[in-house]
Amino acid sequence: MAVLLLAEVTDGELSLDATAKAVTAAKALGDVTVLCAGGSAAAAGEAASKIDGVAKVLVAEDPSLGHRLAESTAALIVSLAGDYEHIVAPATTDAKNVMPRVAALLDVMVISDASGVVDGSTFERPIYAGNAIQTVKSSDAKKVITFRTSTFDAAGTGGSASVETIGAAANPGLSEWIEDKVAASDRPELTSAGIVVSGGRGVGSEENFELIEKLADKLGAAVGASRAAVDSGFAPNDWQVGQTGKVVAPELYVAVGISGAIQHLAGMKDSKIIVAINKDEEAPIFQVADYGLVADLFEAVPALIEKL
Amino acid sequence: MKVLVPVKRVIDYNVKVRVKADGSGVDLANVKMSMNPFDEIAVEEAIRLKEAGKAEEVVAVSIGVKQAQETLRTALAMGADRAILVVAADDVHTDIEPLAVAKILAKIVEEEQPGLVLAGKQAIDNDMNATGQMLSALLGWSQGTFASELGVEGDHAVVTREVDGGLQTIKVKMPAIITVDLRLNEPRYASLPNIMKAKKKPLDEKTAADYGVDVTPRLAIVKTAEPEARAAGEIVPDVDTLVAKLKEKGVV
Repeated sequence: MAVLLLAEVTDGELSLDATAKAVTAAKALGDVTVLCAGGSAAAAGEAASKIDGVAKVLVAEDPSLGHRLAESTAALIVSLAGDYEHIVAPATTDAKNVMPRVAALLDVMVISDASGVVDGSTFERPIYAGNAIQTVKSSDAKKVITFRTSTFDAAGTGGSASVETIGAAANPGLSEWIEDKVAASDRPELTSAGIVVSGGRGVGSEENFELIEKLADKLGAAVGASRAAVDSGFAPNDWQVGQTGKVVAPELYVAVGISGAIQHLAGMKDSKIIVAINKDEEAPIFQVADYGLVADLFEAVPALIEKL
Repeated sequence: MKVLVPVKRVIDYNVKVRVKADGSGVDLANVKMSMNPFDEIAVEEAIRLKEAGKAEEVVAVSIGVKQAQETLRTALAMGADRAILVVAADDVHTDIEPLAVAKILAKIVEEEQPGLVLAGKQAIDNDMNATGQMLSALLGWSQGTFASELGVEGDHAVVTREVDGGLQTIKVKMPAIITVDLRLNEPRYASLPNIMKAKKKPLDEKTAADYGVDVTPRLAIVKTAEPEARAAGEIVPDVDTLVAKLKEKGVV
């Protein structure tokens, strides 16, 4: 059976990592057609055609599809849905915005954040902030799914799928884009980084967060933060790791001044190696850490930077 | 303008979740239940719109078991004007899927004609993050999800959204569905006099059948399991040992 996969396209550029991880998950379900939609999407379509396991790429370019607006993107997907049994996407904020809308327009349930594929209608997904894993079997004719990217390896590149250009659906004209505020950074992307260094409430201030950033730069790591740190204004929202932020599973996760609320653990407990630095030896983060260091972060982190 | 706020009764966010030994689900018997934290933020925002003179009435709706009326009383104590309870399940372990919830809400929207629906972006039990988007689809309304700022200005609203890359600001046509994120506001606590007053506010009780909506789940739960536990780690005495251990593992 055929699968339609909504690629992650931002300002005309393909997010290869997120898309290639979703391709890995989708390959088990059938032939994968990748849809690249946006104000400009041709370059993204070209990049997507090289992902191993992609059978075909559809490129839809239209001003109404720019900036990932949900209403026009969902209308496009629904107009294509007839040919596909599975309509899937990586579980990014863009896809979480669009895919439930698609599902409701098709009168089916959405399966959000699937972390495992059992068969064509049966999927595993974390619930209760990852404190339980539920296996669900869909009785819907079409399955609309977002895949949790941290649990799938990215498909390789070396393919050469055909690329077809298609038109947009009628623009419902319900919303318009005003602006994006995106911080430019040379650091690796949080959800695909091999190492993540995160800071929590214990870091104490936005200025002190520079210490976390210095350690991250020393390690070539991405920077993350707990909800407490973001709520306190120490770090921007797109650094938040947790139940309602980003889910990461790097080779090494270094948690600094983070107590380890279950909502934070939900976003990082699948990391290969977890290091925790906290002055409170009772902090729950130590229960999931492979290596715990009970110490004042303002002494331990500079020492770590020096010795690495 | 009338604002409709759907609220869900969920396990309290501080409670440690336990998976039932028979794999049928999470144990919710005799567990503290509260309003979904995101929904509290939605209720707060609706009340602030009323206080700012941009809304006349705030109506809270809950769909689930009969006990969800406690959750509605909380919304009323915070400042909602009236409430609608739609009883759609007998057992506290039955979760009504977002699609069915959205269908019932769509019927209520037809009756109530609100100018705005404010909902939490996700419920902390099923973590679906779907009901607002689905309701928006069924009504053919605009949607502004994951809002951290909201400005209602006549026939449109300006919404700043928390997205993977940072923040996105969009303008949506009213009527709209807005789903709220953590940093939109800090919900108030209900004062004791307001809790007392809330007991006298109107609460209509309906059933899913009153709205002609079939709530049979589309997703059958095959099993619910504990996630794999991490093996216990070790406490290292100092930075030197930590660096040595990480080098040994080849991660730095």
